[in-house]
Amino acid sequence: MAAIAAKPRFSFRAPSVIPGFGLALGFTLTYLGFVVLIPLAALLLRSAGLGWGEFWALASDRRVLSALRLSFGASFVAALINAFFGLLIAWVLVRYRFPGRRAIDAVIDLPFALPTAVAGIALTALYAPNGWIGQAFAGSGFIGQFFGPQGIRIAYTPIGIVIALIFISLPFVVRTVQPVLEEIDSEMEQAAATLGANRFQTIFQVILPSVFPALLTGFALALARSIGEYGSVIFIAGNIPYVSEIAPLLIVIRLEEFNYAGATAVAALMLLLSFAMLLVINLIQAWSRRRYGHGA
Amino acid sequence: MIRQSASAAFLAAAVLWAIPASSQTLLNVSYDPTRELYREFNAAFSAHRQAEGHERVTVRQSHGGSGAQARTVIDGIDADVVTLALEADINAIVEATGKIPENWRTLLPHNSSPYTSTIVFLVRTGNPKGIEDWDDLIRDDVEVITPNPKSSGGARWNYLAAWAYANKAFGNDQEKTREFVRDIYLNVPVLDTAARGATTTFVQRGIGDVLLAWENEAFLAIEELGPDQFEIIVPSVSILAEPPVAVVQANAEAKGTADLARAYLEYLYSPEGQTIAARHYYRPASPELVTDPAELERFPAVELVTIDDEQFGGWARAQPEHFGEGGIFDQIYVPAN
Repeated sequence: MAAIAAKPRFSFRAPSVIPGFGLALGFTLTYLGFVVLIPLAALLLRSAGLGWGEFWALASDRRVLSALRLSFGASFVAALINAFFGLLIAWVLVRYRFPGRRAIDAVIDLPFALPTAVAGIALTALYAPNGWIGQAFAGSGFIGQFFGPQGIRIAYTPIGIVIALIFISLPFVVRTVQPVLEEIDSEMEQAAATLGANRFQTIFQVILPSVFPALLTGFALALARSIGEYGSVIFIAGNIPYVSEIAPLLIVIRLEEFNYAGATAVAALMLLLSFAMLLVINLIQAWSRRRYGHGA
Repeated sequence: MIRQSASAAFLAAAVLWAIPASSQTLLNVSYDPTRELYREFNAAFSAHRQAEGHERVTVRQSHGGSGAQARTVIDGIDADVVTLALEADINAIVEATGKIPENWRTLLPHNSSPYTSTIVFLVRTGNPKGIEDWDDLIRDDVEVITPNPKSSGGARWNYLAAWAYANKAFGNDQEKTREFVRDIYLNVPVLDTAARGATTTFVQRGIGDVLLAWENEAFLAIEELGPDQFEIIVPSVSILAEPPVAVVQANAEAKGTADLARAYLEYLYSPEGQTIAARHYYRPASPELVTDPAELERFPAVELVTIDDEQFGGWARAQPEHFGEGGIFDQIYVPAN
């Protein structure tokens, strides 16, 4: 009887509707192992065959570096833009009632469902210099004419890459922020107002801190999705080495050379960088949760 | 539950996979632009086998980028025959798996290439920039569309054709030849990953003044995308592109289809096979066998350099020298410091 009263050192066996901790954990580990861990381990193992010297030679190659810079840079910009506009869209969808709201709400998810190559081809058709939108930005277009005889080229430049990445990662921000916004009572804003806060203070001291962890999660998801994106980007990027060549394309090129080790080295590098970045974002999240006491 | 249904699905797939192997089935792993060609050829071959009193033959086709297709064979797809864009792709299978005998290139006539092609220019109607030959491609006012030879096997022939022209024009001067080829690639605004993508960029997006393309792809683009919008310019010198075919001996033996696979590839060299190739815009290896001479009229005579020419020294040398990591193509894109 006394054994029951003794508190276990780790609270592993918390009561749960799913029976059998051993079975559940065993299943979790096996499943994760086959689906995620073993493939990733195989990847690292294959690049480990290179040895440190070769690995660093590859990692410090200027072409690899510029491709990584482009992949991470464009993803960062796209995720940042999505964080801002995704929040705006989520706000409008949660707070306002207007005809067609449900339809727009459904449209947000389309980038999830669409094969990315289709997205890439469609975007390229629109933003190419002879496409609907591209024409406006070309030298003779109504926007492009203010930017010199060349206008602004969108397709086949890093700008095009950012647009493709915005497209494919938008739902992540909207869908993570939306439920949190729904939970914020508008009475909280009214309370802030009665306490003398102006609109500015209400936004930055009441609403944003509550949404911030969710927004950060959405940002991290959008970023992670963008970094690995291949299908939609290669059609709009132009793929010129050192200018618009993304890291996933470099991996494919190494594979075309039947250079498996080289391909996995770039992949492992991307994996490490992504992991480090997501870790940092997680730490910020943990900090903001402690700071503001809101869960996400 | 998920695991169970997944393994059930896997089992079903394995069973479905295994059944046809016991009957007369071949798997032809090929590359993208041969889809229509082999669809017609497979039907013809099956009819031919039945006329000879054999069982009906079903040929399954798999298409994709040539290098990617070679990798699926290396990774274990049970192809009976491979019909790819590059000798180097088959050599990669030989080296990685040994499933194809090393002397495969001598096992069938014409270096195991039943049909060939060459690299031509596709320009917009009326040829507004007056592009006639390779040296027009380095002009400042000309934009060239060609896929990346690193990611597209077919595009390697484009590069080598330019190289062959320059090498002849500069009397075997390596330095000038390299500079000429580099100047062409500096005029490339979009480096698509594959040939079809490059064709789309040129035809649909209206980018560039000239598309470097396989002759058969150029004919297809004109036929399907606008007979009055584009025309073909044949340069003074080009390269003989020899897409090779081979039996994947180890696979075919394991499946008991070795004789059938060999008969399949040999039939490509028959009058009917050669005529089908010509109809799909490939230059037949034995034009004298083609039953309908009208199919040959579209192929103009052009001086063709082969990959076995001493300037390239065959794929075994050209591949690492030009397209390997750090090879000449990579050096073309090294930015000036």
